[in-house]
Amino acid sequence: MAQPLVKKDDDRDEEADYSPFLGIEKGAVLQEARVFNDPQLDPRRCSQVITKLLYLLNQGESFTKVEATEVFFSVTKLFQSKDIGLRRMVYVMIKELSPSADEVIIVTSSLMKDMTSKTDMYRANAIRVLCRITDGTLLTQIERYLKQAIVDKNPVVASAALVSGIHLLQTNPEIVKRWSNEVQEAVQSRAALVQFHALALLHQIRQKDRLAVNKLVSSLTRGSARSPLAQCLLIRYTSQVIRESANNTQTGDRPFYDFLEGCLRHKAEMVIFEAARAITELNGVTSRELTPAITVLQLFLSSSKPVLRFAAVRTLNKVAMTHPTAVTNCNIDMESLISDQNRSIATLAITTLLKTGNESSVDRLMKQITNFMSDIADEFKIVVVEAIRSLCLKFPLKHRSLMNFLSNILREEGGFEYKKAIVDSIVILIRDIPEAKETGLLHLCEFIEDCEFTYLSTQILHFLGIEGPKTSDPSKYIRYIYNRVHLENATVRAGAVSTLAKFGAMVDGLKPRIFVLLRRCLFDTDDEVRDRATLYLNTLGGDGAVVETGADVKEFLFGSLDIPLVNLENSLKNYEASEKPFDINSVPKEVKTQPLTEKKAPGKKPTGLGAPPPGPPTTVDAYEKLLSSIPQFAKFGKLFKSSAPVELTEAETEYAVSVVKHIFDGHVVFQYNCTNTVPEQLLENVTVIVDASEAEEFAEVASKPLRSLPYDSPGQTFVAFEKPDGVPAVGKFSNMLRFIVKEVDPSTGEAEEDGVEDEYQLEDLEVVAADYILKVGVSNFRNAWESMGADFERVDEYGLGPRDSLAEAVNAVIDLLGMQPCEGTEAVPPNSRSHTCLLSGVYIGNVKVLVRLQFGLDGPKEVAMKLAVRSEDEIVSDAIHEIVASG
Amino acid sequence: MFEQWIENAANFHKRRSGFQKGSVFNPTGYSQEVPPNRNPIVSEKILPSEKKKMDLCPLVKNILLLDSEGKRVAVKYYSDDWPTNSAKEAFEKAVFTKTQKTSARNEAEITMFDNYVVVYKFVQDLHFFVTGGENENEIILASVLQGFFDAVGLILRGSVDKREVLENLDLIFLCLDEIVDGGIVLETDADVIAGKVASHSMDDGAPFSEQTITQALATARERLTRSLLT
Repeated sequence: MAQPLVKKDDDRDEEADYSPFLGIEKGAVLQEARVFNDPQLDPRRCSQVITKLLYLLNQGESFTKVEATEVFFSVTKLFQSKDIGLRRMVYVMIKELSPSADEVIIVTSSLMKDMTSKTDMYRANAIRVLCRITDGTLLTQIERYLKQAIVDKNPVVASAALVSGIHLLQTNPEIVKRWSNEVQEAVQSRAALVQFHALALLHQIRQKDRLAVNKLVSSLTRGSARSPLAQCLLIRYTSQVIRESANNTQTGDRPFYDFLEGCLRHKAEMVIFEAARAITELNGVTSRELTPAITVLQLFLSSSKPVLRFAAVRTLNKVAMTHPTAVTNCNIDMESLISDQNRSIATLAITTLLKTGNESSVDRLMKQITNFMSDIADEFKIVVVEAIRSLCLKFPLKHRSLMNFLSNILREEGGFEYKKAIVDSIVILIRDIPEAKETGLLHLCEFIEDCEFTYLSTQILHFLGIEGPKTSDPSKYIRYIYNRVHLENATVRAGAVSTLAKFGAMVDGLKPRIFVLLRRCLFDTDDEVRDRATLYLNTLGGDGAVVETGADVKEFLFGSLDIPLVNLENSLKNYEASEKPFDINSVPKEVKTQPLTEKKAPGKKPTGLGAPPPGPPTTVDAYEKLLSSIPQFAKFGKLFKSSAPVELTEAETEYAVSVVKHIFDGHVVFQYNCTNTVPEQLLENVTVIVDASEAEEFAEVASKPLRSLPYDSPGQTFVAFEKPDGVPAVGKFSNMLRFIVKEVDPSTGEAEEDGVEDEYQLEDLEVVAADYILKVGVSNFRNAWESMGADFERVDEYGLGPRDSLAEAVNAVIDLLGMQPCEGTEAVPPNSRSHTCLLSGVYIGNVKVLVRLQFGLDGPKEVAMKLAVRSEDEIVSDAIHEIVASG
Repeated sequence: MFEQWIENAANFHKRRSGFQKGSVFNPTGYSQEVPPNRNPIVSEKILPSEKKKMDLCPLVKNILLLDSEGKRVAVKYYSDDWPTNSAKEAFEKAVFTKTQKTSARNEAEITMFDNYVVVYKFVQDLHFFVTGGENENEIILASVLQGFFDAVGLILRGSVDKREVLENLDLIFLCLDEIVDGGIVLETDADVIAGKVASHSMDDGAPFSEQTITQALATARERLTRSLLT
C-alpha cells in the first residue's frame, strides 16, 4: 500500500548525494495531495505527502494562491483521521499555509474541538494554530478557553496559551489585557517554562504602566526558585526599572542592585551572565558595583566553552571603553585568548587589551598582534587598526612603534575597507601627533607607489599637498608625486598635478622645478590633467618669474569649498544651460543635520581624509522655489536661512500650525503651515495676525492669506517683515490665527454658504540670534582655526550653573548658537569631567565663524565654560559672545 | 526622556531666562529651540521604544540546519529581517562560509556578523545554527542550539547525518515547531522536545531517553518494515 517516497536505485548506499526527495517536483506532489480526499484515509501516506509539501515550502518553493487554497481545503479533510502523528503534521501544515480569513472559518470548528479535547497535546497545538491564524472576531469566541488554558495544569497547554497571548497582544491588546488575573496566577506556576512565558506576557500587558512594572519587579525579586529563562527576564526588567528610576540615586545605594549581585551566584550560567552584563550596563556604575560582575566574567574567560568565553570577552570589551582600569585584572586571561581558535574571541581580546594596556605593555602587545594579524579576516583587522589608532592617541610617545606597525600592515595584502582604515588612522595620527608627521607622510608616499585603489591615492595626494609643504624638506616628496603623473590613471594624474601646484605655491625654492614638471603635464593625454596643469601654471605665474604667491591664489588652492557637495550637486542639476553663468554663491550653504544617522553611529571618529559627511538632500531648495514664486517676496533677494518648523499649537488641537522662519538680508518671512483637523469645517481667508510690539526693529511689509483650508489638506500663509539690512535683529512675536469658518455637511462634503469670522490664539514665536547663523562645517578644524588667525579672537569664561550632565550643557550651547559641530566633538564620552567642542558656521553677511568651547565640571554639577571665538570680523566675534551672554 | 521633553516644549516659552557672564543661569529655562524632532507624528516616535521593550524577551531570529555544502536541509525563520527567499539564502550562504572552516564538533561555537550573534554546532555532514540579535544573551541562544541538537540526536537514536534527517524530515519539522514559537523559546530541554515529537500522546510522559527496551524494539521493528516497504 505505501508507495516509496521516490524511486530509489539499488546501489543508493554508494551514492553520497542520495536524498529521499531527489527529483521532487511541485506539480507531482500537488497531484499526490489528492489522497487527502480519499474516503478511506491512509495516515502514513498522507503524512508522507505533507512532509513533501513542507519540504518544498522549506526549500523556498512558493505555492500560487490557487494551489495554496486547494492544498488547504484538502488538508482540512484530514481532521477526520484519528491518527495522532498525522494530526501533528496537519497542524504544522496549516501554520505554514497561513490561510486567509475566509478559509480560516473552515478549520475553526475542528480546531475548537481539539482545543477542548482530553488529549493535552491536541489542546496545546490547537491553541497555537488557532491563535496564529485567527483574527479579532474569532478571538472573542475562544477567549474563555484560552483563559482556562493559561491556568491548565498541563504545562505544555499553559505555555501554548501564554505564548499565543504574547503574539496576540500585538494585534488585539484590549482582549489579551483582560487575562491579567489568569496570567498572574500562571506566574506562580511550578513549571519552569510556564513561569517564564507568564512573566513575559504579564510584563508586556503592564509595560505602559511604570508603577505596575515597578511593583511586579519588586515583588518577584524577593522570591526565588525560578527557571533560568524567567530569571534572565526578571533581570532585564529590573535593569529597566533601575534605568527609569535613575534620577534618585544620590544616596549611593542603587535599588535592586543586591538582587542583581545575588544573581551572580545563580547556578545557571545564562543567569550569571545576564546579571553580570546588566551590572556593567548600569548608568554611572561605580567600580565597587562593577567588581563582582568582572570577577564572574573573568572566570568565564577561561571556560572550555567558546560561547562563554565570547560572551565574557565581548562584555569586558564594552566595559573597557568606559572603565579600562576595572578590566586590567583580566589582562592575563585576556592575553591567553589571543591564541584562541575562535578568531572572534581573539579579536575581541586583542582590542580589549589595546584599550586597557599601559604604556609599558604596548611593545609586547604589538609583537603578539603582528603574528595574529596574518590569520584573521579583513573585518577583524579593521577593528584592530581602529583600536591601535586610539591607543596611539592615548600614548603619543609610542607613535614610532605603532606607526611602524601600521605601515607594515599597509604593505600587506588587504581589501579596500581595510586599507582605507589604515590610511585614515595614519592621517589622524599625523594630524594629532606633530612628531609623527614626517615618518607618517613618508609611509603614505611609499604606499601610493604601489596602491591599487584610485580613491586612496587621490586622497593621499590631496593630504600630501596640504601637509607636505610645511615639512622641513618638502623636496623629498616631489619624486613620489611626479611618479604618479607617469604611472597612474587619469584621476590620480590630475590629483598629482594639483598637489604639485600646491608645493609650488608654498615653497618658493621649488617653484622653477615645479614649473618644469607642470609644463610636461601639458602634453598629457587626458583633458582634465592638461586643464589643471594649464590653470596652475597661469595662476602661479609660470612664465618663469619666481614671484611671491598671492593670498588669493593660496586661497584658491587651499581654501576649502565651503558649501556642502550635495547642495552643489543639486544646484548644478537645476541649472539650465543659458547665457547666464552658474553662480556658486547661489548654492545654499546650510548643512542639514541628520540626527537619526548620527545616533546610529555614536562615537564615530572623524576620518581624517576627504570632505565633511554629505548631508541628505536639503529642503532649502524647495523653500527657495516656493518663496521666489510669490511675487511679494521675490524682491527680497537670496534666502539666507530657513529654520526648522516650530510648532505653535499643542498636539491634537482643532488647528495645527507650525512656523518656518525664512531669513533674508533685509527681511524675515514667516511661513505658517496650517492644517485643519475638524472634518465638519472649511476655513477660508486664513491669515495670521502678528503683533510685533516686542520686536522693535521689525516692520510688517506684506502678507499672503490662504484662500481656503479644507479638512486635512495642509496649506500655508505668509507674513513678511522688514528689518535693518544685515543686522541680526531679534524679537518676540505673538500670533493670532484669523479665518472665516464654514460648516461642512460630512455626508455630502458641501460647505454652507455663510461663514462666521473666528480667531484662534497661537503660541508666541521668537527670532533669535541662532537664526542668523548657518550650520556650515569645515573638514579640518585645526587648519581652519589657524588660518583664520587670532586677529579677531575673543575669549571669555562663563558659568553655566548646575547641569544634569556635561552632555546636556554641550548640547544646550550648540542649540543656542545654531552652529555645526565639527569632527564629532558634539558627542561627550560618558563620565568625562571636561570636554572640548568645536563649532563652525557662517554669520549673516557671509562671515565665517569658528568657535572653540571648553567645558569643565566645577564641583559636583556646576559647569564652567571657556568660549573662544575667531571670525573674519570683530563685530561678529563680539556678537557670538553677546548671544551666549544673553542666552 | 520623552515626557521630560514634552514638558520642556510646553514650558519653554514661559520659562526663558538668560545666563549672564560669570553668573549662574537657570538650567530649566534654557532650551531655546523646540527639539528638532517635533514634527513626526507622535505614534512614530513611540514605536521604536515599544519595539525596544518587546526586545526585552529573549528572541530567536532563526534556526538553520544546513548540509556540508551549505544547502538547506530544514530551516525556520522567526523574524522579518529576511523577507524574501533570496535574502534567506544569502544569509545562509554567509553564515555557512563564515563558519565552514571552524571546528564546532565538540563544543558549540559562536560568531558575530551583520549585527547578529550566531551559535553553531556541527555533526557528520550537518551544520546546526541558531541566530539572535546582537544584544541577545549568547548563552540563551546556545541553550536553544543545544536543545535542538540533542533532541535531533535522541529522535534519530544517535545516528545523526543528512540522510537520516531527510528520511525523518517530518520529525525534524515537528521538532523545530516544538522548540520556538514565533521567536519565543518554548522549550530547551532535549528530552522534553524529543518526547513531544515522538510520543503519540502526551500522557505516557516518560522521557524519550528512558524508553523501555520493548518500546525501542517496537520502533525499530516499525522502521524496518518501513524501509522494506520502500
